[in-house]
Amino acid sequence: MSEPDGFRAETRAWLEANCPAPMRTPITSAEMVWSSSRTVFLDDDQRVWFERMRDRGWFVPGWPREYGGGGLDARQQRVLEQEMLALGCRQPQYNLGVWMLGPVLLELGTDEQKREHLPKMARGQARWCQGFSEPNAGSDLASLRTAAVRDGDEFVVNGQKIWTSYGDRADWMYALVRTDPAAKKQEGITFLLIDMKTPGITVRPIELISGKSEFSQVFFDDVRVPVRNVVGGVDRGWSVAKKLLDHERAAMSKFTEGGAPSHDALAAAAPYLAAAGPVWRDRLAGALMDQQAFALTTRRMHEMAQARQDVSALGAIMKLVQTEQESAKYELLQQVMGQRGLSWEGDGYTAEEHDVCRLWLYTKVYTIAGGSSEIQLNLIARRVLGLPG
Amino acid sequence: MSLLLDDEQRMLRDSAHAFLEARSPVAALRALRDRRDAQGHDPALWREIAELGWPAAVLPEAHGGLDVGFKGLAAVFEQTGRTLAATPLLSSVVLGGGLLQAAGSDAQRDHWLPRVARGEALLALALDETPRHDPTRVALRAERHEGGWRLEGSKDFVLDGHIAERLIVVARSAGAPGDAAGLSLFLVDPTTAGVAVERTWMVDSRNAARVRLAGVTLDDSALLGVPGAAWAPLDAVLDRARLCLAAETLGVIVQAFERTVAYLKERVQFDVPIGSFQALQHRMARLYVEIQLLESSIAAAAEAVDGGRADAAQLVSLAKARASDLGEKALNEAVQLHGGIGVTDEFDLGLYVKRARVLQQTFGDGTFHRHRYALCRGF
Repeated sequence: MSEPDGFRAETRAWLEANCPAPMRTPITSAEMVWSSSRTVFLDDDQRVWFERMRDRGWFVPGWPREYGGGGLDARQQRVLEQEMLALGCRQPQYNLGVWMLGPVLLELGTDEQKREHLPKMARGQARWCQGFSEPNAGSDLASLRTAAVRDGDEFVVNGQKIWTSYGDRADWMYALVRTDPAAKKQEGITFLLIDMKTPGITVRPIELISGKSEFSQVFFDDVRVPVRNVVGGVDRGWSVAKKLLDHERAAMSKFTEGGAPSHDALAAAAPYLAAAGPVWRDRLAGALMDQQAFALTTRRMHEMAQARQDVSALGAIMKLVQTEQESAKYELLQQVMGQRGLSWEGDGYTAEEHDVCRLWLYTKVYTIAGGSSEIQLNLIARRVLGLPG
Repeated sequence: MSLLLDDEQRMLRDSAHAFLEARSPVAALRALRDRRDAQGHDPALWREIAELGWPAAVLPEAHGGLDVGFKGLAAVFEQTGRTLAATPLLSSVVLGGGLLQAAGSDAQRDHWLPRVARGEALLALALDETPRHDPTRVALRAERHEGGWRLEGSKDFVLDGHIAERLIVVARSAGAPGDAAGLSLFLVDPTTAGVAVERTWMVDSRNAARVRLAGVTLDDSALLGVPGAAWAPLDAVLDRARLCLAAETLGVIVQAFERTVAYLKERVQFDVPIGSFQALQHRMARLYVEIQLLESSIAAAAEAVDGGRADAAQLVSLAKARASDLGEKALNEAVQLHGGIGVTDEFDLGLYVKRARVLQQTFGDGTFHRHRYALCRGF
């Protein structure tokens, strides 16, 4: 274990030597590398950056080395994040499994599950999708009905999932299924790992108000899944899911913070501001202030955590504010642009104007997915303020 | 640097909290109001506060101060907001002492600062002339006159103006209203011929006055700093005051918010505590989130002010704008969620509503500070 400043200096030197210059520019959504069994690279720089970070275990810097991680402690992980931010390094890859399922498997997975799945995530060889929501189980997730009936060493799964991101490109799905229809609704649920190549699975993409999207519906028709793919015990899946959703909240705020491409509100609005007039200038100032206050709050939460103060309930605040601000930003930009913010496709408008129009619609997803704003407000009211349920 | 309080600042905050709960609860402000107190504050309380060292906190050690910094003092102001304590801490120390420190000559500082630090002398700043705060919009004239100066004009909303031993008057010695250049500061004895100080009765039961200067003649010793160059020290000192006002607003908000949470848990209607209704829960949850953002903004502004950083103005405007807006929103919500009791004078909440509204207008509301923030960000 290196001493603090040694690690920072080493990390910076390594990043400077190994991160190709084009990988230090702001990323667009088209340039994000989603790792899977058939990872696609747009160019050699992407591939080189991917391979170097992978070989260092830095897709998952905090995971143990035996599963392909970097073995860094919390402080070192923070240093790595800071140094990557300082140099403007892109995330080398994106993978839902790493963010959400990985931490849960590390805690609750069987040795066999860890050995099978964690190294593939750490090396960017398996893409995961999430099968939680159903047409009649959104915010009330526990009312899900996709059935898994035991048959020897297998479960037979029938039903339908919706809002599965990249269901058409995933190698595996972690899903919640109902194994005991007679039990109270939270008690008959099982957390199951499903190979997407299994016969009986059909994936159908969903088109959104913003156009094509990463979301899909997934249909299960007598899909046979080995019982050894259960995580956390049969009928005990709800508590596994709650842990995972905590990771999802953290990941959502991280995703929009440094991961997902986003516009600088001031730079994007500037060319339109004079024509938009003083009311919009005032609103832009308000939006920028909101962003700065949120950034300062993020910093304060980090400092509180370092000072060992209790920040466990604050994930809901971060998710709520981050997603609402991102959505509000595009509401503002789209309107500051006037009719130029209304272009759907074709010539006569800039790429940025098209993007802002689509993102104004797409960011509606942020405040709905990963626990809607209303669910976060419920959490704050009950867990933080102690108001009666 | 950190956005959290250090041990010394935390001790200062906790001792201020305990002291004010015991010595200056809301009932103290109510009593000042009900007896139309001539001073508008309690001089005995002020003496005790001076003994605690609050007036000395942000003054330099060379002049009897403690140099604790504004992060510590902001934590004290937050506590004064919680109990609505009426003190001349802002007017005399932050504004008056601050301007003497920033612009005064050695002789002026040596004479006044130790007395301000001990709480013995009270100062007040006479600045605003227009309905809405705009520190460049000064019309009160200062003209050269027989080797000295002649002042003509009037000032409104002079905080603690009628109890001050000296007024610091912002006057225009050159240029036109709206110009930052051409402003000068004068230290004026309110008993000077031509000076009329009239107390005004404000909604929050706190001290303010109207000051008229009719052909007031002063010699050069009354001048504070360089004629025409008052803007830089004035702007910097106003920012310290705005930070303290934002912190006081936070205290007002948090106190009203906590009372409202408690009320929602105990008030039963339709056989259940009304706090179990989601419509009300979400309103409270949103206020809680806004309070977190405000607290972070104030901490960052204090850090920047204490560090003398170039982005202090931007962060102070961030904090003051948020405080002004949330003070309005949070207190209106508190009244609405309390129902009928919230609009009775007997219940203390109304005093908090009134104070929040005065704090909102004092030295710039949300609109003013969003404009200033935009200028700081270059648009």
